[in-house]
Amino acid sequence: MSEQSVTTEQATSTDHETGGISIGQIGLYATLAGLVGFYLIPIESGLVTSIKTSAGLDNTMPFLPPTTGSWITFEKWQVAFDFLAPGMVNSMLFTIPSTILCAILGSMAAYGLTLVDWRGQIAVLSLFIAGIFVPYQAVIVPLFQFWSQYMQLGTRLSFLWGLPLLEPHYATILELIITHTAYGIPIVTLLFRSQYKTMSEEMIEAARLDGASIWRVYQRIVLPLSIPMFAVVFIFQFTQIWNEFLFSLTIIGSTNDPAASATLILSGLGQSLEGTDYPLRMAGAFITALPTLLVYVLFADKFAEGVQT
Amino acid sequence: MTDGGTSEERSTLRRWLDSDIVQSSPFWLPPFLLMGFFVYAAIGWNLLLSLTEYSGFGDPDYSNLGLHNYRAMLDDPGMWAATRNTFVLLVGFTLVCLVVGLLLALLLDREIRFSRSFRTIYLLPFALSFIVTAQFWRWMYNVNNGIVNQFIGLFGLGPYRWLGSPKLVLGAVIFALVWQFSGYTMIIYLAALRSIPNDQYEAARVDGASTLRMYWRVIVPQLRPATVSASVVLVLFALKAFDFLYATFDGYRPRRGADILATKMVRESFGRAEWAYGSSIALMLFVLSLAVIAPYLYNQYKRGNL
Repeated sequence: MSEQSVTTEQATSTDHETGGISIGQIGLYATLAGLVGFYLIPIESGLVTSIKTSAGLDNTMPFLPPTTGSWITFEKWQVAFDFLAPGMVNSMLFTIPSTILCAILGSMAAYGLTLVDWRGQIAVLSLFIAGIFVPYQAVIVPLFQFWSQYMQLGTRLSFLWGLPLLEPHYATILELIITHTAYGIPIVTLLFRSQYKTMSEEMIEAARLDGASIWRVYQRIVLPLSIPMFAVVFIFQFTQIWNEFLFSLTIIGSTNDPAASATLILSGLGQSLEGTDYPLRMAGAFITALPTLLVYVLFADKFAEGVQT
Repeated sequence: MTDGGTSEERSTLRRWLDSDIVQSSPFWLPPFLLMGFFVYAAIGWNLLLSLTEYSGFGDPDYSNLGLHNYRAMLDDPGMWAATRNTFVLLVGFTLVCLVVGLLLALLLDREIRFSRSFRTIYLLPFALSFIVTAQFWRWMYNVNNGIVNQFIGLFGLGPYRWLGSPKLVLGAVIFALVWQFSGYTMIIYLAALRSIPNDQYEAARVDGASTLRMYWRVIVPQLRPATVSASVVLVLFALKAFDFLYATFDGYRPRRGADILATKMVRESFGRAEWAYGSSIALMLFVLSLAVIAPYLYNQYKRGNL
């Protein structure tokens, strides 16, 4: 909210405040607090469940913390972490490079498409934007075939796996990096374009007339001005790619694969014939969500601005 | 800045090289090729696959193409159920999310202490993945210990098998997804509400209109663009509800009553190796999302928003 609107709203409501707190105000805050309960209870009960022993689970309400010391255990966090740790590393290994690549390529595409003014521009742009709305199901069979039958990066790059620090399952990680980058480009392009459209055309025109090349204008004018948008895109894409599941499921395939992502491992965690180990799953859910929650808490306002565009 | 060429031909080439399309292509062409290959070529390939009889052995036979998969769809009762559920999910989820998000935004769009904290909390589930939120809601809907059953038990109702009953499961899924995404709708509406000039509220108040009437007549009609853009994104999330269903039901075999086209597609392809049939369902999904998106894109184009 802008400063101005805050002050006007306050000015109109002073008469309310002088009369003390009205019933309407109490009702409003009660509703807001009730909604806080609605949005937090599933998360909160997951958190308290994750530290309960089976006795604690049986003897306390799901949303209440365990009451006696013997009902509390952090063992499930330990177990979940041991299961998830390799997946967390894998997820980082593909999420960070794809996020960076998406941001760079998307910003370049948006610049190129905002600058040009030719008949086909809107057609190319439409293809970029329509790409946002393609359901992943519409492409996973060809994608699966492409990576597993035609490309087979693992075999093609086999000469690399003798080198130190390189492991065969990095081929799958590389496939995920390329796939996530390709699918991230449309939305990132749209985000950057919405900003580039508002940039002053005269400034760019003037720079061009001064003899600056297209690259130079991009480097010297456009890039510095788009740093805030880069931040938004990083937050948005990091969350999207970290949380993505279907590509992991189809490209990696199995929870036991050394390239398995955190979401893929979580989807099969604590599942047995006897039933679901809820405390273990909850602990796993929090560990998996930790990086995105961290990003969200640190940059919540930027995130809110980002989704508004 | 041209005039370097001596012959006619040279200057045409020169002009072409200097044209905006060529000059700007180093920027948009590489991303375009990468995306074009993985998105549009893949969809084309998917269409081709859907015309074959490929079911997992050897290579697909592209010499014998036909519409049999689409004909098989018409005779597949599971297909009708999945289509129906997809529509219920799309429409139900989108509408409820819009209403809840609008109410949240209207509540928060006053001078309220901690309004920023409220906003952050309501938006929090949006930061989580479907897989994570599915864990929470499995637990919420648990027959014996679930909070939902314990809560309605206070009123002498239940317990219900929310995720086990074909009649309840889709509603339960929609409810959980509304929990996850209504904060997003709220953010969109808040932005729209704040762009409405304050004097419009004032004018309505001075006229003596009731608060409710003012909102209904003056404010809500101005939220149409926000509603359109929020709906489009919500439809997208609904199409991705596959992740949520997968994690809720431990695989791509949801309980009867919750099967949607997205789950059926993955099950036919990756579960039963009916790759060609799966591809034809995928194409249906693509056409469905295109039917939602194309009018939106056209509208945006006409308004000059693209």
